[in-house]
Amino acid sequence: MLDKKSSFNGSESIASLVFLILGIVNIAFVLLICIYLIIAGLPAIKEIGIIDFLFGTRWASTATEPEFGILPFILTSIYGTAGAIVIGLPLGFFSAVYLAKFANKKVRTTIEPLIDLLAGIPSVVYGFVGMLVLVPAIQVIFNLPDGASLFAAIIVLAIMILPSIIKISITSLEAVPNEYELGSLALGANEIETCFRVTVKAAKSGIAAAVVLGVGRAIGEAMAVMMVAGNAANMPSLFESVRFLTTAVASEMSYSSGLQRDALFSIALVLFVFIMLINATLNMLLKRGGKR
Amino acid sequence: MTEQVKDNVIFDVKDFNLYYGSNHALHNINMQIYKNAITALIGPSGCGKSTFIKTLNRMNDLIPSVRLEGSIKYKGQEIVNSDINVYDLRKEVGMVFQKPNPFPMSIYDNIAYGPRTHGIKNKSVLNEIVEKSLTDAAIFDELKDRLKDSALSLSGGQQQRLCIARALAVKPDVLLMDEPTSALDPISTSKIEELVLKLKEEYTIVIVTHNMQQAVRISDTTAFFLLGDLIECDKTDTIFSEPKDKRTEDYITGRFG
Repeated sequence: MLDKKSSFNGSESIASLVFLILGIVNIAFVLLICIYLIIAGLPAIKEIGIIDFLFGTRWASTATEPEFGILPFILTSIYGTAGAIVIGLPLGFFSAVYLAKFANKKVRTTIEPLIDLLAGIPSVVYGFVGMLVLVPAIQVIFNLPDGASLFAAIIVLAIMILPSIIKISITSLEAVPNEYELGSLALGANEIETCFRVTVKAAKSGIAAAVVLGVGRAIGEAMAVMMVAGNAANMPSLFESVRFLTTAVASEMSYSSGLQRDALFSIALVLFVFIMLINATLNMLLKRGGKR
Repeated sequence: MTEQVKDNVIFDVKDFNLYYGSNHALHNINMQIYKNAITALIGPSGCGKSTFIKTLNRMNDLIPSVRLEGSIKYKGQEIVNSDINVYDLRKEVGMVFQKPNPFPMSIYDNIAYGPRTHGIKNKSVLNEIVEKSLTDAAIFDELKDRLKDSALSLSGGQQQRLCIARALAVKPDVLLMDEPTSALDPISTSKIEELVLKLKEEYTIVIVTHNMQQAVRISDTTAFFLLGDLIECDKTDTIFSEPKDKRTEDYITGRFG
């Protein structure tokens, strides 16, 4: 008996060592990326000056007298993400409420795999469809010289964040204990009132997490946006060609050199900081939801 | 039956049958539930008493496979398979559940939920309703200084009395209680029992209980269910002192159940 136990302890400690190493490898990757970005990103910021870099309104990296102001990219990323949330959140939220609480089984089992499919479509395909369908449509409808614009990017992003918003909202709506709903119905509330005043209220931290995740996805998206946004380094305006933080890095990386290349790393660092802030918010929301 | 007795009948159940899919869960139930009285439904688990009580406010509608037959009249109005407004019915026939189920909001908002749902927006009216409901549920003194606290911070017994107060806030006529004390400790249980006895002056109460002593202590009428049949329904004193049916006698003397 005693022998058996000690050999069990031996295999236990080997297993925990293996898991520890795997865990450390994971964390090492994150730290490596983090440290590399800071080392690669800081020199250009130092050289350009943090104020000029973050708040400069002109980006002319290949001019004879180059300027590296990324305010247009930062604002475009913020506006684009906000726009995607404004359109995607109500759409996704109400879809989730419908699917979780009102749809019959048949509708639900038909639609849910389709939403999963939407999540699995590569972003280049979103960009491709956007380029072929959305951009020309915007050009015609709004009578513009070119449809590639912030507006087109917002629509594409709104559709791209739908699956995560819907999925996470459904999960959090379904995690609400049935007793709450029964309590509400027993007071004479109807199903709609019960859903919005009890179920949604109880699920709100999960839904907030869905929004933050959507924000994270939207702000980090490069490929689809690059194909529909036009990519001129303008200050953002709804029907102008614009460039996001992600697309600023992606579009110049292949031919950049010197300070221009360093500045691209700095843009990546700024993007990284945004993403970290979003993740921190998400963790906070989830923790608060967990406490309840 | 005299006319006066008839006036006192809140629920008149005639030849009532209930099916879950092909499972015949309640067989030919006939009974009457009287106004301002406490009716206890007793019987072993799975005998149909909870199913029956959920029919009285049509909460059974929420289970898709349920089929009802026969007649239950609430104040003379047919509620089985009729197109009555179930929301109005549930407003008049309130319910308290086995497990306390306060909403994850403040104590105040829990009580105000029902009135708000039924269109009361005026702050001072709401304040009055909250105070009155909590007072009627004998919990106002304990909670008056913490109305903004989350209802989930209360103890189980307090939560259950809060749920009773929440049910009272929509001014029901009838209160259905589905084993309201089975999840509570003895002290909380006796508080709820006192409360129920007091509430009988204003409300009609139907209570499902596993605890026969509880039925003896508080109820006026007792109905004994067994395997979907209503075996016997009579004055509580009669049922527990001289039951007419052998099965009732076996159950109350603890020979099974």
